[in-house]
Amino acid sequence: MKKDIALILKSVREYKIYAIFTPIFMIVESAIECLMPLFMSRLLGVVDEGNTIALANGISLAEAIDTNKLILFICLMVGGAILSLAAGILGGIFAARASTGMAKNLRMDLYKKVQSFSFSNIDKFSASSLVTRMTTDISTVQMAFQMTIRMVVRAPLMMIFSVIFAFVAGGQMAWIFIGLIPVIALGFIIIMILAMPTFRRVFKRYDAMNESVEENVSGIRVVKSYVREEYEKEKFKTASDNIAKEFIKAERIVVWTNPILNFAIHASNVLICAIGSYLIIGAIGQDNSPLTIPQLSALQTYGVQILMSLMFVSMIFVMLIMALEAIKRISEVLKEEPTILNPENPIMEVSDGSINFDHVSFKYSLEAEKNALEGLNITIKSGEFVGIIGSTGSGKTSLVNLISRLYDVSEGNVIVGGHNVKDYDLITLRDAVSVVLQKNVLFSGTIADNLRWGNLHATDEEILKAAKTAQADEFVQTFPKKYDTYIEQGGSNVSGGQKQRLCIARALLKQPKILVLDDSTSAVDTKTDKLIRESLRKDIPNTTKIVIAQRISSIEDADKIIVMENGKINQIGTHAELLKSNKIYQEVYNTQVRKGGN
Amino acid sequence: MPPVRAPKGKLETAKKGTLKRLLKILFKNYKFQLIFSAICIVLYSLGNIASSVFMSVVTNTLESATTGRISPTQAWSSMITTLIVIGIIYIIGMASAYGYNYTMSVTSQRFLNTLRKQMFNHMESLPIKYFDTHPRGDIMSLYTNDIDTIRQLVSQAIPTAFQAGFTVIGAIAAMLLFSPILTVLVIIGSMAMFMNAKTMGGKSAKYFVKQQIATGKVEGNIEESIKGLKVIKVFSHEEKSIEDFDKINDQLCKDSTSANEASNILAPINGNIGNILYVILIVVGVLFIIQGWEINPGLQLVIGDTFSVSYGIGKITYSIIFFFLIACRTFSNNVNNFTQQITFITMGQAGASRIFDLLDEQSETDSGYVTLVNVIKHEDGSLEETSERTRTYAWKHPHKADGTITYTELKGDIVIDDVDFGYNQDQLVLHNVSIYAHPGQRIAFVGATGAGKTTITNLINRFYDIADGKIRYDGININKIKKDDLRRSLGIVLQDTNLFTGTVMENIRYGRLDATDEEVYEAAKIANAYDFITRLPEGFNTMLSGDGANLSQGQRQLLSIARAAVADAPVMILDEATSSIDTRTEKLVQKGMDMLMKGRTVFVIAHRLSTVQDSEAIMVLDHGRIIERGTHQDLINKKGVYYQLYTGAFELE
Repeated sequence: MKKDIALILKSVREYKIYAIFTPIFMIVESAIECLMPLFMSRLLGVVDEGNTIALANGISLAEAIDTNKLILFICLMVGGAILSLAAGILGGIFAARASTGMAKNLRMDLYKKVQSFSFSNIDKFSASSLVTRMTTDISTVQMAFQMTIRMVVRAPLMMIFSVIFAFVAGGQMAWIFIGLIPVIALGFIIIMILAMPTFRRVFKRYDAMNESVEENVSGIRVVKSYVREEYEKEKFKTASDNIAKEFIKAERIVVWTNPILNFAIHASNVLICAIGSYLIIGAIGQDNSPLTIPQLSALQTYGVQILMSLMFVSMIFVMLIMALEAIKRISEVLKEEPTILNPENPIMEVSDGSINFDHVSFKYSLEAEKNALEGLNITIKSGEFVGIIGSTGSGKTSLVNLISRLYDVSEGNVIVGGHNVKDYDLITLRDAVSVVLQKNVLFSGTIADNLRWGNLHATDEEILKAAKTAQADEFVQTFPKKYDTYIEQGGSNVSGGQKQRLCIARALLKQPKILVLDDSTSAVDTKTDKLIRESLRKDIPNTTKIVIAQRISSIEDADKIIVMENGKINQIGTHAELLKSNKIYQEVYNTQVRKGGN
Repeated sequence: MPPVRAPKGKLETAKKGTLKRLLKILFKNYKFQLIFSAICIVLYSLGNIASSVFMSVVTNTLESATTGRISPTQAWSSMITTLIVIGIIYIIGMASAYGYNYTMSVTSQRFLNTLRKQMFNHMESLPIKYFDTHPRGDIMSLYTNDIDTIRQLVSQAIPTAFQAGFTVIGAIAAMLLFSPILTVLVIIGSMAMFMNAKTMGGKSAKYFVKQQIATGKVEGNIEESIKGLKVIKVFSHEEKSIEDFDKINDQLCKDSTSANEASNILAPINGNIGNILYVILIVVGVLFIIQGWEINPGLQLVIGDTFSVSYGIGKITYSIIFFFLIACRTFSNNVNNFTQQITFITMGQAGASRIFDLLDEQSETDSGYVTLVNVIKHEDGSLEETSERTRTYAWKHPHKADGTITYTELKGDIVIDDVDFGYNQDQLVLHNVSIYAHPGQRIAFVGATGAGKTTITNLINRFYDIADGKIRYDGININKIKKDDLRRSLGIVLQDTNLFTGTVMENIRYGRLDATDEEVYEAAKIANAYDFITRLPEGFNTMLSGDGANLSQGQRQLLSIARAAVADAPVMILDEATSSIDTRTEKLVQKGMDMLMKGRTVFVIAHRLSTVQDSEAIMVLDHGRIIERGTHQDLINKKGVYYQLYTGAFELE
């Protein structure tokens, strides 16, 4: 836990100065706030003294009073207020800067960390959990951090100062507070200990209810089609009632806070008044009164201050505990080490597009029982067109992901251009091996922006050429803004087939040595699919092309076709060979030709 | 202690009258609790003020004793009386504090619970149009953020504002009684606090809005780049993404710094206005005492043999200053408290306004009266209504005119007659669409995205309504059929599968709640899902969460087909139901479905032409018009658009 906090605090960096000065200003502010009642009590003491002298000597108060002292304390109070104002404002500003700055750095650190992740790192965290960590969790930490630097020093200090000054101002009477503090603290702690688990349960119940709403909002067509409104209402009622029940339970405990605090303040007040009055009245007629009226009033003020700061301390305590979970989740990401790193002295050039799989086995995680790929031996010459076919889960995607080192092999070696992929500089390797993923994503921005992902400095001509090869130019030209057409988040304003073609064009702009198309033309019609293959052959003849496809028609003219089954190579051969001798291939071919009409 | 949370919800202005409406509902349902709380709050505030008055009696007594005006014995007895009175006031105060805190927090939870359920129940009654036109996130946040703002409003802001407001007024009244001159000072001080709260609060609100916008941008970027992380990796685009993120991250930092700065300095400024006010009170008070001016109108407390109070012009005394100092503290604390509630009240109103918008949405209307019943078909062809599940259905049609009831056997004869339809009035999606689906036929729709395929099915199950008599179901105008019964007669499998939290068994049983386990297994077999389900860690009892995220898209589609199979509806609509299933499995599923749907009408929308080939009629749609219709062979022979699609000369999307 300590380590997690320390890890997160590293993100304070250039805002350290603000983070350090905030508590200092807060110390100044709270010290003055504690001094104020003392000054006030002294000020009134001066008047009190004058009053006594005046009465004793029969002169007017104006004559009897020590004017210098009077002015001194007034100045001290005004000066104190100004100083405290300055400290308060600066403290507020510094705290804001420190906390928002650290949140900014933390977000950036997380962002950078996530960007450094390899595919297997990414698989470990779900996308939505990463998003939550970078948004909600960070705001929680930001708030807790601000609260901490402002209050963690201030509240206990206020308490300590107040106790000290209570002794200074009120003498022995201040022992009352020392007696009361543990009692109250205990009360608050009991409330918290009782309430915390209940609140946690409330949050869980909230999650359940939100899930129910979410499912109904997104699945309303299903709900209505099956006329399940009443059923859903009943489910929601249970979820909502549960929240109310737990919440009321928690509130029943929490509402005691106010009476306990009030009781403490009031009890200390009455005690101080009673004992104080006893002392004062008892001392009448003696020279040395153990307590004066102004002292009494100062004591009362300190009492309130002590108890208020006590409440703050316990509130901070709760907040920090709440924040700890967020801290844990964030540091989990920060601590995750990228599993794929650049080698030392990397090779900076990929000479050609030849690929060699040498006894390659692969599993997704160390704990996995089954290998996703087992004992693969493949030789692909530079410039070849290779098709891969096989049912879902047979390992097609896993296979191609090893080529650009998106995952590292568990056993064996993958050789690209004569060198082990592990010896290449990662960027060099991935620039040379261009992959069009199965799950394609376009980013918000224009079409040209998206295509330039392949090459930031691509000229308009290069973009046009790539788009033509990918058969995308034709439909882009029909858009009013052509290549400046804005793609919405998630690429929702282009069709599936168009998206796929844009993704191919984007990959082509890299001018790769190896091009991998992972089921990248599934939404493209067969005719365009064919055109793409033809132009790929024509336009980039020296690039090795590896195509994963569902449709036989997409790969039937490949130089070799790899048939995958259960993570192993079932057979490698040409269309004609496989059609003759491979059962799986025949079966797929038959269903498609008979039903699909290709 | 309630967890400390940042104020949530958007800072927009609420519709006028929102607060009034909310309070009205509250008052109507929780009259007793609210009145009780109000009484408690008043008692609590009065107790606060009274205790400061009596505290000044304490100092007054002591002052009198030390200056020898009364004897120590007298002072002591008067002191004990006063302390007892104070003690009683405190106890009343604490009891009322507990009373209103408890009542209000429990009441607000009950109220929120009722409100949530009301919202949900109403939401379930809304037409599909509502869901099609409102972003999912917005609807979701009604149940989370907006409800939370109301919780803050009802359980905290309103009682606190009421209590603080009442205390301020009470304190002013008490202060006036003792010294109008000093009161004026206090009022001037509090005005300054209000002004500060207004300017600083306004400034911070402005930046909070900016911060919200910046946060939206940052979250959008994070969402996009995390979902597309693998693409970023493949293109080695990390540096560029970081660079882009850096910019918006900086902007967010700037805006949230400004917002936090403004809100952080509000309290110290007001606190020190309070401090200065303190000094001024003492200085002025002391000045009065020193000068011995007898110009202060107010209550004169005289502690003698008996404690007496009179009103008149007199001196400002020690005890008056003490009283003012205590009252001033109470006063400024409460002014601060009050100003802090303004943000919560504004946000609560905005949240309530959005919730009321939902509640004011028009529910789905239904004037249908023809219902769906199970029947036994006798040999002579007559139908007898039964409560058993016979898998033979009839439309029960009561005739208002003569009070008779006729039964029409459900056959699945659906006629769509020359329909024009648009989701908006100015844009038609369907033009002159006519379809005749005879019982047992399989009708397929083919066409590009947006051609109107799904719209037709939306009309058949009345997700959207059209004019009377345009669609007839077994000869009955579908507007006359009760919506629930109409939908019960149609089994729909959609491309978006939407599973629910629960076990696999529960999810399949969703189709028909009284289905036995055996019927569920049977349905799973029909959908070809049985195999993979039994291979799940806990088979049919495996919990699905988060919309079945632990299943592949294809597996989810198989489950939703099983769900439809168990529902066993007389007419089926399959809207891209097998799009994520590979061709081999699809063939197996289709075999099962064919068995199930024997003699029943099926509407099929499919992307893959192989899926629709066997249909009795294929409709090719383009821009809302049926441009070709016929059997597969007819259309191939015709060499039109379908032929081009089939031969791959045309792209579907």
